[in-house]
Amino acid sequence: MPTTAPPAHALADVTASDSTLRRFLHGLPGVDAVGLEARAASLGTRSIKTTAKAYAIDLAISMVDLTTLEGADTPGKVRALGAKAVHPDPTDRTTPATAAVCVYPDMVAVAKEAVAGSGVKVASVATAFPAGRAALDVKLADVRDAVAAGADEIDMVIDRGAFLAGKYLKVYDEIVAVKQACGTSARLKVIFETGELSTYDNIRRASWLGMLAGADFIKTSTGKVAVNATPANTLLMLEAVRDFRAQTGVQVGVKPAGGIRTTKDAVKFLVLVNETAGEDWLDNHWFRFGASSLLNDLLMQRQKLATGRYSGPDYVTVD
Amino acid sequence: MSDRTNERLSVFKTYKLYVGGKFPRSESGRVYEVTDSKGNWLANAPRSSRKDARDAVVAARKAFGGWSGATAYNRGQVLYRVAEMLEGRREQFVREVADAEGLSKSKAAAVVDATIDRWVWYAGWTDKIAQVIGGSNPVAGPFFNLSSPEPTGVVAVLAPQESSFLGLVSVLAPVIATGNTAVVVASEKSPLPALSLGEVLATSDVPGGVVNVLSGRTAEIAAPLAAHQDVNAIDLAGADAELAKELEISAADNLKRVLRPQAVDYSETPGTERMTAFLETKTVWHPTGSLGASGSSY
Amino acid sequence: MTEKLTEKRSAAFAYAPAPESRSVVDIAPSYGLFIDGEFTEAADGKVFKTVSPSTEEVLSEVAQAGEADVERAVKAARKAFEKWSALPGSERAKYLFRIARIIQERSRELAVLETLDNGKPIKETRDADLPLVAAHFFYYAGWADKLDHAGFGASPRPLGVAGQVIPWNFPLLMLAWKIAPALATGNTVVLKPAETTPLSALFFADICRQAGLPKGVVNILPGYGDAGAALVAHPDVDKVAFTGSTAVGKEIARTVAGTSKKLTLELGGKGANIVFDDAPVDQAVEGIVTGIFFNQGQVCCAGSRLLVQESIQDELLDSLKRRLSTLRLGDPLDKNTDIGAINSAEQLARITALAERGEAEGAERWSPACELPTSGYWFAPTLFTNVTQAHTIARDEIFGPVLSVLTFRTPDEAVAKANNTQYGLSAGIWTEKGSRILAVAGKLRAGVIWSNTFNKFDPTSPFGGYKESGFGREGGRHGLEAYLDV
Repeated sequence: MPTTAPPAHALADVTASDSTLRRFLHGLPGVDAVGLEARAASLGTRSIKTTAKAYAIDLAISMVDLTTLEGADTPGKVRALGAKAVHPDPTDRTTPATAAVCVYPDMVAVAKEAVAGSGVKVASVATAFPAGRAALDVKLADVRDAVAAGADEIDMVIDRGAFLAGKYLKVYDEIVAVKQACGTSARLKVIFETGELSTYDNIRRASWLGMLAGADFIKTSTGKVAVNATPANTLLMLEAVRDFRAQTGVQVGVKPAGGIRTTKDAVKFLVLVNETAGEDWLDNHWFRFGASSLLNDLLMQRQKLATGRYSGPDYVTVD
Repeated sequence: MSDRTNERLSVFKTYKLYVGGKFPRSESGRVYEVTDSKGNWLANAPRSSRKDARDAVVAARKAFGGWSGATAYNRGQVLYRVAEMLEGRREQFVREVADAEGLSKSKAAAVVDATIDRWVWYAGWTDKIAQVIGGSNPVAGPFFNLSSPEPTGVVAVLAPQESSFLGLVSVLAPVIATGNTAVVVASEKSPLPALSLGEVLATSDVPGGVVNVLSGRTAEIAAPLAAHQDVNAIDLAGADAELAKELEISAADNLKRVLRPQAVDYSETPGTERMTAFLETKTVWHPTGSLGASGSSY
Repeated sequence: MTEKLTEKRSAAFAYAPAPESRSVVDIAPSYGLFIDGEFTEAADGKVFKTVSPSTEEVLSEVAQAGEADVERAVKAARKAFEKWSALPGSERAKYLFRIARIIQERSRELAVLETLDNGKPIKETRDADLPLVAAHFFYYAGWADKLDHAGFGASPRPLGVAGQVIPWNFPLLMLAWKIAPALATGNTVVLKPAETTPLSALFFADICRQAGLPKGVVNILPGYGDAGAALVAHPDVDKVAFTGSTAVGKEIARTVAGTSKKLTLELGGKGANIVFDDAPVDQAVEGIVTGIFFNQGQVCCAGSRLLVQESIQDELLDSLKRRLSTLRLGDPLDKNTDIGAINSAEQLARITALAERGEAEGAERWSPACELPTSGYWFAPTLFTNVTQAHTIARDEIFGPVLSVLTFRTPDEAVAKANNTQYGLSAGIWTEKGSRILAVAGKLRAGVIWSNTFNKFDPTSPFGGYKESGFGREGGRHGLEAYLDV
């Protein structure tokens, strides 16, 4: 297994060995669950109206990684998704494009073509998504395939089994290897599957582990388990990227994924970003929503703001 | 008496204060005559000054940490030990109570027996009162919330004037059973049982300073105690209405907890009021939360 | 880093104004005293104005109670006592349940009213004050017919007429804390709200009428300290309950000395919020913010002294300052406002003077960049570092959004410093180590200890102080004792 030199930053020495890494991760401040959830809920009561709402909706649209990760995905489905990403609202060309489309590796080429020239990125899940239960070589091959097909971003899953077994260096090395396989062309999103890590302390440790290993983004979930992105686990990850930049100068993005379906929810997440990590993260280079149905709700709300009438599902496209 | 040459001359006891586990005379050097109910001289008791009161408060404060920090079981054992020692000195107390209160020997014996039983009653309370008056509170949120009684601190106790021993113990025992430390002002007219109680306490396992016994003029000693900023509470049982009002006014300076004088039949089984009067309620909150991060807070 | 983030908050994501509608509340141009079920003018015809602290706008003109009015109100309460105390507990309970329900129904209106009259953010009146007010009545309603089982012996008796004087920081909540247990136990009340916040108590009078509460059971006397003093001193008052300053509390204790009046006092505080080096830091920061900036710090149990372990001081202060920079100060009716107005010009002057004293004594003052509105009474969130136990701002209750930061090295030292005050109301402990929480909680001389949380309240949870923070408890089973002849 290649134990490559980690990025050169202030915390480089903590990954020198399994024991230094463990000591570091277990030395991070603990998380009080009730307090964390209360803070997330409290930020959720922010009232975002009129101009602020319009700003938030457009920002949220621009942050969507429009996703299809089904066994039944076909080139046709992916092309439709790509078209939607580029022009989310065909009736209103002022609507921003989404940040990316997110597909399985074998659909990358189709997706790439569908969004060609638009600036919309193609993200691909890889590393034996969603379970991550495969040999490292297989995972790396998965990544290289996607990158070769033109993926701009790779959404990898960590080995939750190794993490829960306390084999932090194994998880770390795997991320480093995937990062290498991404080369210089693809940004790496590291999915923790927070619902499987189970505790907030684990989520904080995983966040730091991912960032130490060179993640460009840390991402909550695959969307394939019972509990995906929540305000609380996203808030916690926002605290982690904020603190990581304070310590190392390196900025890392955050992507909550799964379960965010309404504009109201999306705006709450943007409030979390705004008041936790701060304005520097209010940009789709640093914050994304992994979602599929969210986009249509954002579009309907956008129409409502523009026209004053409530919109309906027949006034947005079903893809 | 002196013509009975074969009779041994008895040894008088010098009655002293009991402060910080020691038996000092009053720093003022003053004494006053204590007589029996018929006016016969019994002893010269120390007449405590404000400085004696101050010293007693210092001793009580010093003892507070250890006594309040002891386990309730330990306090119960120690107080029970006092009852054992009292039992052993029963005859002495019967004599002193009979003299002080003008009782027949059998009536005085009944009073002393009741007094010893009162000690036993309070000794048993030390590890029960918290369960009776404390407990968990079902707050509407993810919090563990527990209220527990804690001793107020240093309590000045003006012992009842009439009931020199049963009354004394009835007001003192609840104060220390709950973990407070006490400065007791003995019955002005009949201080001898109280001063003798000091000797019992000294030979039990009650740490020095937990109980401090002063004798003298109640009004003179009580005034500095009521005004003392390091006294947390005062039991006015032994004050008349006028003195009680005066003392309550000066007790307000540091918001002492005040137990006003009231008509009490000390032969009755007491309730918990004399304990709760000198207990604070501390409520501690802590988040409970879920076992994991799985719960959503949408 | 902190400075940079602060500067950058020019905000692309600026929240547009989101004001709660004022139209849900209809404030009359004038109000009377509420005596014996009727609104009535003061005997001497005096009135005073109540203003909105955030704008200085006059909200209404209110009758000002004097000694003659106290006399009338106590008489009405005495008269009502006979029947009220004789009612079966289950009937008294139903009145209180009705009141709880009407408060819930009218909670939006009352929240806006309270925000207007007090200056605190709508977020707090809506999410904290009003839900707690309704819950308090609901809780004590249930006690009214269960007093035999409350641990005070069989059939405990009410005391009679309760004279109650409440402060301006939580006007309606303090009213609930006073009136709910008093009525549940069968007492009747005469309550004097604070002169700067009389309105919610007068709206409560209307709620009593809607609930059909018998006349004279609740009497409300808006007025100043003189009316409070007359009420407390009235010979036909059997019970005195006061929440407010320690100085006034002592005066009241002197007034009732030598009488048979039962007294409970809930007074000042200088709460220590102790943060250990193994604290859950982000939650601790939130707890510190809640501790001292909730209700602009005008809270008797505020965590106004931050005791931070020296080894994490810099890191914690950086986080805290960054967090303070996100606080939104302004229009209390805006749903996004975190920090509202100070309740009165007088209180603002006191806070200002104490903060200046802090600077003069050499502590280092810091506030986030924060624009204060031009009218109304405002004070920026402020923290002082390099504070020692000897500083005035570490000893005196400021009752404003001002945090004094002190350090400690060991748990012993933390406890010693926390307890080194004449007060003993609240304290906070932040550490992930369970045994340390229990050890420290056991040593702190304070009535309410929040560990890994702060400023949480619940009707079932007894609240009240040690030492000069007062005596007696409000809330829970314990709160019944103050109103029973036991």
